[in-house]
Amino acid sequence: MVDRALDPAVVLERRQLAQTWETPRTVVGWLSSVDHKEIGKRYLVTAFVFLLLGGVEALILRLQLARPNEAVLSPEAYDQIFTLHGVTMIFLYALPVLSGFSNYLWPLLLGSRDMAFPRLNAFSYWTFLGAGVFIYASVFMGQAPNAGWFDYVPLAGREHDPGLNIDVYALGIVFLGVSTTVGAINFVVTLLRTRAPGMSINRMPILVWGTITASVANLFAVPALTAACLLLWLDRQFGMHFYDIAGGGQPLLWQHLFWFFGHPWVYALVLPAMGIVSDALPTFCRRPLVGYTAVALATVATMVIGFGVWVHHMFAVGMPPLAMSFFGAASMVIAIPSAVSVFAWIATIWTGRPVWTTAFLYFAGFILLFVIGGVSGFMTAAVPLDWQLTDTYFVVAHLHYVLLGINVFPVIGGLYYWFPKMTGRLMDERLGKWSFWTAFIGFNVAFFPMHVAGLMGMPRRIYTYPAGMGWGGPNLITSVGSFVFAAGVLLTVWNVIRSRTRGAPAGANPWDAPTLEWSVASPPPAYNFARLPIVASRHPLWEDRLGEGTGRSVLDSDIRLTEGRETLATTPLDAEADAILRMPGDTPIPLLLGLALTVLFFALLWKGWWLAGAALVVSALLTAAWLRPSRRAPREESARG
Amino acid sequence: MADLSLDRPLPVAPSGYRSSGWWGLATVIATEAALFVFLIFAYAYLGSQSATPWPPGGAPALRLAGPNTVVLLASSLAAWWGQKGIERGRRGQLVLGLAIALVLGAVFAGVQGLEWAAKPHGPSDSAYLSLYFTITGVHLAHVAVGLAVLLALLVWAALGEFTAARHEHVGVGLLYWHFVDAVWLVVFTTFYLTPRMGIF
Repeated sequence: MVDRALDPAVVLERRQLAQTWETPRTVVGWLSSVDHKEIGKRYLVTAFVFLLLGGVEALILRLQLARPNEAVLSPEAYDQIFTLHGVTMIFLYALPVLSGFSNYLWPLLLGSRDMAFPRLNAFSYWTFLGAGVFIYASVFMGQAPNAGWFDYVPLAGREHDPGLNIDVYALGIVFLGVSTTVGAINFVVTLLRTRAPGMSINRMPILVWGTITASVANLFAVPALTAACLLLWLDRQFGMHFYDIAGGGQPLLWQHLFWFFGHPWVYALVLPAMGIVSDALPTFCRRPLVGYTAVALATVATMVIGFGVWVHHMFAVGMPPLAMSFFGAASMVIAIPSAVSVFAWIATIWTGRPVWTTAFLYFAGFILLFVIGGVSGFMTAAVPLDWQLTDTYFVVAHLHYVLLGINVFPVIGGLYYWFPKMTGRLMDERLGKWSFWTAFIGFNVAFFPMHVAGLMGMPRRIYTYPAGMGWGGPNLITSVGSFVFAAGVLLTVWNVIRSRTRGAPAGANPWDAPTLEWSVASPPPAYNFARLPIVASRHPLWEDRLGEGTGRSVLDSDIRLTEGRETLATTPLDAEADAILRMPGDTPIPLLLGLALTVLFFALLWKGWWLAGAALVVSALLTAAWLRPSRRAPREESARG
Repeated sequence: MADLSLDRPLPVAPSGYRSSGWWGLATVIATEAALFVFLIFAYAYLGSQSATPWPPGGAPALRLAGPNTVVLLASSLAAWWGQKGIERGRRGQLVLGLAIALVLGAVFAGVQGLEWAAKPHGPSDSAYLSLYFTITGVHLAHVAVGLAVLLALLVWAALGEFTAARHEHVGVGLLYWHFVDAVWLVVFTTFYLTPRMGIF
């Protein structure tokens, strides 16, 4: 690459681009920003705040369960806290944190200047925040959701739960679904339309495969939960009969709708995280990922099969044997694509020359936890074993190995990996290694004994247990481990805060990584790429040493696009240049629309119909202002400068 | 190689399938269609589990819903005719087409309201009626959004925002309206036709 940074014409060009793309450093500018990097960072920070809140809730639960007959919490408080813990971790941390990475990284990975819909991107963040505030406001009303994160009826029906608790859940989840859905739409269209010329689908990073798969799945799975929650709210507030037997409804309808969403969602929470590992792990092994095509196909196959296994959450409800056999077998089949990815990672480490950084430790640790969680999942796919284990702590152990193992460990590893890109500074490695070993040991001490407690018959969701059941030992170990694990997470948080200002300068590519995001400065300029790259292989920055592909990627091409905020659109499969897109500027409309929707959902919760109507009218007017046609006529021009 | 095609001029801010809005709406339709699939699933599931005859009291009458279906389809047709107009630069044809579509859509919503009012029982009287009012209600909400879209397009068309070269919004907005009509055909088939065919 020729360094042209000193050429006066290039300096002028970059200054113009910066003026076009940068957000003014004012409060209004901050609230109006549609920069995907800014939004990605907001997602990450907000999701981590929810992780810490959910973690505090978990620690309170573990205090209560540490010994038999403990009375730290009342049964009512316990119900609210364990439900809030689940809702927070599943809905407000696990997916949003992955959206944070993807929002920040996608345009940089794809060689574009922005997401396909920058304003929609800002809107999805503000609605995520609004829904989080909506759900947590219930804590201050003393009416937090209290029927478990899966919220089974009839327990969640009005008869057993007459307060506002479950209405907060139902409306909050519908609200959050808006954010998830528009986010998914943005990822799908961004992938289809704004990749760099030459980045055909067999050259995309696996993180992109993971997020696109999860996003497509969200488009089809989230409506199931939206429908379930809408019907629940109608049942509770308007006396309808979807779920109660007396009026001709069926409680099992809730379980079908919920798990039709819930099972694919599990994969939505892990596939982008697995993508983080597939992209970042090879960097530390000094070689490309083994079996790229197999891993990409396994990602998609996992999701396709994932849509066909929801019934394995319902083996205990009483079903025809044929149905159980089918869904049991389908659940076991899903182990195959997962195993493909695991073997690809192991082979990458085995045949590479691993550099034992903190990020590498988190990724390698994740592989071990993923295998343990996968095996305990395989066990529960066997119907007779599932009958024995349903609603015991064994299932709790399994789901924590899967969700924390596959989501939290890669996420923290990804944080160590991309923090230098986001801030321009490296995180402290010594502190990082302490954080890994504390978290890894704490995690296993906390969650492995749960398998034992479950096999000994301890049910989940109980707020206390009598002495003499033999459950005291494993529970005490679990509680101690949970505090050690929390300390490990806090060390990472401390590392982030400290390194932001005191970390060593990172430079553009501190890890010697192969993908496009490392070809720009750290942190990247507002416009990402001064000149859009043209991609000729999967590893644009490693081409010289790998010798793969027929041509060479051009990282400093003559595609300039300096007429206002513009980026290149390419064709969906082959990524050939197709059009030039005009991108919108910063605007406060997404924030205002998010606020209007927050008011709408509070109005629905309190049945303030006039306020709800007013919020709807305001939303419609804001949407019209958002979508107002541009008077600038389309034209044709060459993308070359 | 991909970079060769860059030498020809590219459309800036393109319309039709090359615009981001078109792709965005296609994904909106995918997810909204899934919502209706799950609502219809709820109907089929509760119907299949019902201990009493389904639907209770036999299939609903076609007297209002039949002609109303024709009204909604005609509205899509009018909108399509208007869109053809602006593609040839005829702004008047677009305004007229949108206006007719808007009126017919509003008539559909009004007749639907009459049909609701004519029901002797409310949504809290049985699971079947809960399903009927909820699913047609969710569809009506989509009609309301569609009418708002038509109204916005009509205002912008009347103000001269669209020309033969610049009408991306019309194509994308009307795609949504056609989707709302197509969903009605599914809802109509489920509630009015399947009981007559001996399903449920």
